[in-house]
Amino acid sequence: MAEDTGRGTSRRAFLRGSVAAGGAVLGAGMAQAADPDPLITTVQPWAQGFGDGVDATPYGLPIRFEEDVIRRNVEWLTADTISSINFTPIHALDGTITPAGCAFERHHSGAIELAKEDYRLMINGLVETPMVFSYADLERFPRENHVYFCECAANSGMEWAGAQLNGAQFTHGMIHNMEYSGIPLRTLLAEAGWSGETEGKWVYVEGADASSNGRSIPMEKALDDCLVAIKANGEALRKEHGYPARLVVPGWEGNMWVKWIRRIEVMDGPVESREETSKYTDTLADGTSRKWTWVMDAKSVVTSPSPQMPITHGQGPVVITGMAWSGHGRITRVDVSKDGGKTWETARLAREGENKALTRFYLDTVWEGEEWLLQSRAIDETGYVQPTKAQLREVRGLNSIYHNNAIQTWWIKSNGEAENVEVS
Amino acid sequence: MSKSLKLFGAATLGVAGVMVVAVNFADRNIAGMPAEPQLLGALPAPEPVETAEAPQGLLVGAAQAATSAGDGKFGLGRTALPEEVAAWDHDISPDGTGLPVGAGSVEDGEMLFEDNCASCHGSFAEGVGNWPKLAGGDGTLNHADPLKTVGSFWPYLSTVYDYVHRSMPFGNAQILSDDEVYAITAYILYSNDLVDDEFVLSNENFTEVEMPNSEGFIVDDRAETEYPQWRADPCMEACKDEVEITMRATVLDVTPDQAGSEAEPAATEAAAAPAEDAAPAAAEPETAEAAPAEPAVQEAAFDPDLAAEGEKVFNKCKACHQVGEGASNRTGPELNGIVGREVAAAEGFKYSDAMMEHGGTWTPEELRAFLANPRQDLKGTRMAFAGLRKDEDLDAVIEYLKSFP
Repeated sequence: MAEDTGRGTSRRAFLRGSVAAGGAVLGAGMAQAADPDPLITTVQPWAQGFGDGVDATPYGLPIRFEEDVIRRNVEWLTADTISSINFTPIHALDGTITPAGCAFERHHSGAIELAKEDYRLMINGLVETPMVFSYADLERFPRENHVYFCECAANSGMEWAGAQLNGAQFTHGMIHNMEYSGIPLRTLLAEAGWSGETEGKWVYVEGADASSNGRSIPMEKALDDCLVAIKANGEALRKEHGYPARLVVPGWEGNMWVKWIRRIEVMDGPVESREETSKYTDTLADGTSRKWTWVMDAKSVVTSPSPQMPITHGQGPVVITGMAWSGHGRITRVDVSKDGGKTWETARLAREGENKALTRFYLDTVWEGEEWLLQSRAIDETGYVQPTKAQLREVRGLNSIYHNNAIQTWWIKSNGEAENVEVS
Repeated sequence: MSKSLKLFGAATLGVAGVMVVAVNFADRNIAGMPAEPQLLGALPAPEPVETAEAPQGLLVGAAQAATSAGDGKFGLGRTALPEEVAAWDHDISPDGTGLPVGAGSVEDGEMLFEDNCASCHGSFAEGVGNWPKLAGGDGTLNHADPLKTVGSFWPYLSTVYDYVHRSMPFGNAQILSDDEVYAITAYILYSNDLVDDEFVLSNENFTEVEMPNSEGFIVDDRAETEYPQWRADPCMEACKDEVEITMRATVLDVTPDQAGSEAEPAATEAAAAPAEDAAPAAAEPETAEAAPAEPAVQEAAFDPDLAAEGEKVFNKCKACHQVGEGASNRTGPELNGIVGREVAAAEGFKYSDAMMEHGGTWTPEELRAFLANPRQDLKGTRMAFAGLRKDEDLDAVIEYLKSFP
């Protein structure tokens, strides 16, 4: 990798420098320059010579100054990287659409390479005619576009027992939000001559990889809004997101969004596969476990300021921002507290909440160097209010692992740095 | 177990959901089906946010085009052949539906487990390192950090058969015959003290085995135990008297080092990095000559581009093997200097008998033959890896390994 020149410093080096400098300008008010800024008064190379020609980057990556905005892995979490997960750098993103290149990955047997020509989708079981579709067949069915969030059931799972990972990327980064183009699952079921009976009927879906990651989905959900997606954010799915086709199960836990989907079987009951019994079930304090906890309840997190995004500019205006989502439907409101939940103010939604998709919120405020215990609280269209961790623990105990949608607290210190904490 | 679901209680169902279902159950063949009415137009007018997009909501539609045959079908795809369905439809249900005819004993299972499973799960299913433990944990589910194993947690034996058959061994799935899967399943039961050592599991007696935690699951009850409490007007002022920090993440200090990402740049750059590192060694023959202890294989021209390709191929090996600075034995031995290294020479690694008896050194040719098909090349190896099928992958990964002398 090329050596960084003075101007090519990474965001992290920039942040480190600025946190230190931040203290110096506390209370400075309107800045005054002592000397003319050479970036303005001298001709800069980029203002003189050429930039890259159009052939330099046929498919582009972000500019090198953003090279630390990448998916990160937590090595101790899993035995290897083949059956593992990484984390979206949500702390450094804004808006709602997650760029595919940094959208989290979760594989159970690695991201496989499956060409469109080699792709087959089978529908069998309780249908009139078991069918096989090629990728080219899929492209000929009417398709829809929808933006949905996909959140792993284990997102924030390491935080059940206490504050553990110091960064929004690690506490809340098992999520992405993309615009999908796909074929409604009900269209494909109709093509195979599904009887129309829903009572007690399920579909079992599995992928083409060695894990197959089979999951059972009740027919009502399959007919409601599930899609077989062939594009995300306008382009082909990335390999790591299931190229050439994945299932989209809006609002429900990410494990059900089977990648490289190869088979859909209409059945009389659930298979009770590994992923829906030994994993993705929520063990309660008394040792019994909840199963079929599919819906991802309303949740939010402040992405900046946060441990990876300290306040570096000293006192004055600051934008508090974050994201909120709910598997029950639209986000209607997000509240922010600076004092650990004693008082709350309602944040501004960047756009009206969309069904089962991320919503961006902002609180445009002023920081005077005081400590904050910063929290956010999502409310969805069903009136569900994001709970505190204490509320969740009261019902579920400490061993649930999955489906932790508790309110998150960042301790903003007087030097602008932030830390993941739990509060009373 | 009830298979009927109360999925859509009024409380959990948004306006959108009701209407989508309603559309779906309407006659979908009528031309001019109204647009899916769930979107913005149907919602109450939003208060503080932009409304510019709202009128478009009426135009947004579900894909409900009329079908050519008029029977709800498009005439796409083809009928699946029985052989095709049989090749892919392997799921096993809790009542035993889907089980093939067959049988396997604990005794056979023990050997099969040692050969196929023990490198990750341990000889007694007790787990190796961070890999899943399959045995033990009885009575721990209501303790702090419960140990969830097949014996202590899994509610259905069908899940074991289903999963082992379709997805194990890790990295070499679907090699086990039906009888072998029965035998391994029987051995896992035995390792959990659920059957005795004479036990033979078959499709005949399969559903007679009751798993200890079969009654340990309840269907999602959040709609009763959580939602009513939390669907309330939230407090905005004076919500609590005192707030204290009760726990801090930096005390535990388990967050990956932020500086680490500078040392581990994005994948594309990482792939090129070792090639650059290794390039000077190849470009300066004097150094190689001045170091007679270098293994002979280093004399061959080193191809940094090929090594960079090999790093990608090595991703398949990383689950079990480490190479490079600080590499240690994991599920498999560390591989520093493996090209030209004595066979079975990683200090402290417990090799299979077959590997111990092999002798000699790993020449590129020997490695090539082994990596192409480990079990065929060296019967009795514990390496549960199917092998690299492509010649170019074999060349590349060996070149990559050469870059760690």
